Amino acid sequence: MSVKHGLLALLERGPMYGYQLRVAFEESTGGTWPLNIGQVYTTLSRLERDELVRPLPKSEEGQRPYEITDAGRADLASWFATPVSRADRPRDELAIKLALALTTPGVDVRAVVQTQRSATMRTLQEYTRLKARHEQPADLSWRLVLDAMLFQAEAEVRWLDHCEASLVRYSPPPLRVPRAEPDSATEASSR
Amino acid sequence: MSILELRDVHRVHGSGETAVHALRGVSLAVEEGELVAVMGPSGSGKSTLLNLAGGLDRPTRGEVVVEGTALGACGRVALAALRRRRVGYVFQDLNLLASLTAAENVALPLELDGAGARQARRLALAALSEVDLDGYGLRFPDELSGGQQQRVAIARALVGQRRLVLADEPTGALDSQTGEAVLRLLRSRVDAGAAGVLVTHEARHAAWADRVVFLRDGSIVDTSGPLDEPDALLTPPGGGR
Repeated sequence: MSVKHGLLALLERGPMYGYQLRVAFEESTGGTWPLNIGQVYTTLSRLERDELVRPLPKSEEGQRPYEITDAGRADLASWFATPVSRADRPRDELAIKLALALTTPGVDVRAVVQTQRSATMRTLQEYTRLKARHEQPADLSWRLVLDAMLFQAEAEVRWLDHCEASLVRYSPPPLRVPRAEPDSATEASSR
Repeated sequence: MSILELRDVHRVHGSGETAVHALRGVSLAVEEGELVAVMGPSGSGKSTLLNLAGGLDRPTRGEVVVEGTALGACGRVALAALRRRRVGYVFQDLNLLASLTAAENVALPLELDGAGARQARRLALAALSEVDLDGYGLRFPDELSGGQQQRVAIARALVGQRRLVLADEPTGALDSQTGEAVLRLLRSRVDAGAAGVLVTHEARHAAWADRVVFLRDGSIVDTSGPLDEPDALLTPPGGGR
């Protein structure tokens, strides 16, 4: 997700100036995505350049609110209508680490799995404790963002369980080192 | 004093070549106000641990202590009394007797233990009130939703003086919202001065515990917790690892 679409969504509520946008952005992401005011202004100026927002006259306090344009609304609608692609997300370091652990001599893969599981479980406990503090959370957005992180952590634990079960049945093939391209000159001279 | 303590507990089923080592030297203490989750694959010893903790089974070696009473020293009668008075169970299903009302279900362990009907009923209604089921005492189990039935089971597990609740997959058949409400309730009843052991294979449910113990082949291989302040978590997604 981009800050750009976050700001457009907030401006769809009504005109806002930079500081208001920053506060509203952090509130709507449950404080999980802190934004600095510089990011807000650079994003606003790009949006203005692309005619997705337009500045309004300054207020008496000297703040300049922005409003969303029709082009901005169309862009926002298309963002909501488009699923987030898995390919847009960063590579999963954990999956790569485990894949390497399997093929690196001397690495105890089960220990790598268990270390990660404990850490992820702990994260899950901490999210749950945050959630438990709020008996009746008024803010559904906050709760759903927190739930998203909970479900992701849970998925990771389930995947780690799956990895461990697979490891139990796994007998490793001999390790191979990919051979370098044969150097024809050396080969020729050695013959 | 711990409410529950397992000291180097072993449990072997059978003997000789066919012996199965269900638990191999497990030590675990659960304090007042503490909820401990036990996770592990099938056959790792979770259920054996719960049965030993509740006095339903005896260890081959080692000791189980509930509120200062070593279960090994108890005869059958004393053990049965301890199960009635000190330990409550919440199972995945088959928790409540269908022919008894919610209040009668909760009062049952007290009456079995010799309490008068009036006193048992008064304590049962108080326990139902603790789980937000005021006014549901006269309903039969099939007149309650799955979540409400589990709340009755939790009320029964902690009715009267009982302070140790042993829960085996208590959210098994419930949808995620209802399951969460049951765990939230279990958590708050433990916070109010009980101790709990929760066996589950769902990480999201185990996360309601203070500590999560991982069992493998009858041994504790790892424990997660205790926790830091949760506010430290509020970093951008992906920035933590």
